[in-house]
Amino acid sequence: MTQESPVLENSGSSPAKLGSFKFDLRKHGGLLALVILLVFNALVTPNFLQPQTLFVNISQVATIAIVAIGMTMVIATGGIDLSVGAVMALAGALAPLIFLSPFGVEYPILGLIAAFTLPLFAAAFCGLFNGVLVSVLNVQPIIATLILFISGRGIAQVLTNGNLQTFSNDAFSYLGTGKILGLPFQGWLTLLLALIAFWFVRRTLFGRYLLAIGGNKRAALLSGVPVRPVTILAYVICSVLAGVAGMIVVAINSASDAARNGNLMELDAIAAAVVGGALLQGGKAPIFGAILGAIIIQLVKYTLLANGVEDEVALIAKAAIIVLAVWLQQARKE
Amino acid sequence: MALPLLTAKSIDKAFSGVAALTSAELQIEGGEVHGLIGQNGAGKSTLIKIITGVYRRDAGTVEFDGGEASFINPREAQSAGIATIYQELNLVPLRSVTENIVMGNEPRKWGGLIDWKTANSQTKKVLSDFGLDLDVERPLGEYSTAIQQLVAIARAVSLNAKLVIMDEPTSSLDDKEVAVLFGVIRQLKQTGVSVLYVSHFLDELFEVCDRVTVMRDGQTIGCHQIAETDKFELIAEMLGRNIEDIKSAGMTDFGGGEAKRGEVLLQADNIGTDNRLRAFSATVHRGEIVGLGGLLGSGRTEAALALFGVDQLTQGRMVFKGEGFEPDDPVTAIRSGLGLLSEDRKAEGIIPDMSVRENLTLALLPRLTRAGQIQRGREREIVENFVKALGIKTADIDQPIRELSGGNQQKVLLARWLATEPDLLILDEPTRGVDVGAKLEIQSIIREYVDRGCGVILISSEFEELVEGADRIVVLQDGYSVSELENPGISEDILIAAIAHHHDEVSGANA
Repeated sequence: MTQESPVLENSGSSPAKLGSFKFDLRKHGGLLALVILLVFNALVTPNFLQPQTLFVNISQVATIAIVAIGMTMVIATGGIDLSVGAVMALAGALAPLIFLSPFGVEYPILGLIAAFTLPLFAAAFCGLFNGVLVSVLNVQPIIATLILFISGRGIAQVLTNGNLQTFSNDAFSYLGTGKILGLPFQGWLTLLLALIAFWFVRRTLFGRYLLAIGGNKRAALLSGVPVRPVTILAYVICSVLAGVAGMIVVAINSASDAARNGNLMELDAIAAAVVGGALLQGGKAPIFGAILGAIIIQLVKYTLLANGVEDEVALIAKAAIIVLAVWLQQARKE
Repeated sequence: MALPLLTAKSIDKAFSGVAALTSAELQIEGGEVHGLIGQNGAGKSTLIKIITGVYRRDAGTVEFDGGEASFINPREAQSAGIATIYQELNLVPLRSVTENIVMGNEPRKWGGLIDWKTANSQTKKVLSDFGLDLDVERPLGEYSTAIQQLVAIARAVSLNAKLVIMDEPTSSLDDKEVAVLFGVIRQLKQTGVSVLYVSHFLDELFEVCDRVTVMRDGQTIGCHQIAETDKFELIAEMLGRNIEDIKSAGMTDFGGGEAKRGEVLLQADNIGTDNRLRAFSATVHRGEIVGLGGLLGSGRTEAALALFGVDQLTQGRMVFKGEGFEPDDPVTAIRSGLGLLSEDRKAEGIIPDMSVRENLTLALLPRLTRAGQIQRGREREIVENFVKALGIKTADIDQPIRELSGGNQQKVLLARWLATEPDLLILDEPTRGVDVGAKLEIQSIIREYVDRGCGVILISSEFEELVEGADRIVVLQDGYSVSELENPGISEDILIAAIAHHHDEVSGANA
């Protein structure tokens, strides 16, 4: 979570302390929920304290968290990106197509490099498309990204003829099944990406501009913030991260299913960002909050699944978390 | 003898231990227009918010209309008869005038459907009481801000308000609209409705108010019959200064205006944009303040936006520092050495959730960056220097700017531009809505800056500020620059005459 509240001296500002109870609940509500979930699972869920459970959860949460990082940046500009799930499907479908192609088979190394990079370029292009629609053509973000939400998955399915593509390629599968120090590779990757994103938001010109645009776009423009390029870059980053997540999903399954890869991911990612403290009107980018949000959403899913609750009910639980998070945000505003 | 309509006694209010109000008092008689003045941070808005139920008081009593009043929210205050007209109107611009007026109290007919016929005629009647004749079925947003404000007042009155609170009601009105508003206020008074009138414009108080209450540092300093006081006494009380000092110092603090005019800095030749700027010409030298005079809508702000690259030129040319100049956007304008302190502090200036530090360095940021990374040590140092030099009152440079008073916010925004060390600084209403103390400070900062050899374009609706502050004044009308006045020798009367003078061949009259 962000450490927004400054250490105040005696003469300090008023509202920070006035709303300290609510603020604390908002600030630590996520952590509290996490602790409750962990304790509950430790007591109730069978085999929860097994390493296997940890691995499963880490590999599941990684994709949500990676997408949520990008989503947080887009939300920080006051926008939203509905196309992340479709971009996952697209990037995920492209990667096996590349290393299974005649070229990829003939030059395995080059093919592998291309399989890792070209899908990300495709994803970046999707982000560019979204960003240009939003910031140059002034299309509302929810509509602008709806275009790729619909067509992106369609393109992915056309590329794969609507078939499930299975493959066996150990080097590529490392992305989804590899381990470092006994923990899943994608967990480390998530951590690394989160650290970079955190540094990006907190320490760089881009990060400051991102928050300024979300905080007051007109003021940012008049202060010399290059609003268009920065907004476009936020959408590009979001799409590239979605592309990474899409490839991880494919690597885990050793198969790409364009119809299901990233399905409903936009909702999980938005939920994770909001639970993590991102304000939908923009101006805040709590990167680690988004990670926490992703963990909570994943744990709730897992808790219900492991205790035999049906999937449909799990969806309702997810909605309840979002309601709670939004309520906490509202409470803070007053 | 009738009881007062509202009596607030020994009100205390503290935010996290810092006193905002200390035994503040306010008494409003029935059918009275009561002024409330004080510097920013004096506690005016806190007091109003306590009366209208936005904040809870820590101590003290409020009596309204003969009973104890402890409203827990603004809605309760409203149904008790206290209506507040905020600077930002809370009306629905896309809905009709009628809908805005009857909202929540729609007349019904059989079956619970809204009886629009009655609603429209009711609305027409309410508005005609104020001398307004509008097409009440048209969307409210099609009318001017002034009309919208009057509709808000009409709505309040139709809800049987006994007290109407107006917070800076004239800040976005032109003179004619102000006159209409004053007419309405007098009418309210005749029907026995009281008005609490909060304003920075002292002249207005003398025009409409019966009594005026002065606040300073969370306390009520005095309450006067308006007929028995004068401007100097009120200012002295607001500032806690001696009357004689103020009289001898003059009302603005731009200093002598030595006019060490240097080389030509900017030359604009018949520039125009699609944003109602038709043909504007002006020259700014180093070391001088050039004022832009004119009525609202005469193109002053639009001229600033054109110079700053926000609006693109459709005609004319500019020369800046000896070179042809046509910025595509503010980024290029800033890089070339321009700065623009925008007119609307809230909508175009501050980024409310960001800290003082982040707001102050926003324009300077590219120069504080190495390899994309912000140099935080240097940033802090610069901010701390400006906070000290400009006397910005903030608990901490990481305090969110929204928590500062208006005057201090304005100083931060001024510092945002001074930090970039621009050659030419455009100031659009730099002292609007800030208290007298901060105003004098801001004016002397500007003069000091000019004396270092930079140029300033000053836009102000206060004739006094222009006349005393500017070395020259370019007068605008309908998007054309029509004449130019030169100090010394400009008086308010001369300026007003130039603004009011009708120019038939405006396009040919460029100075």
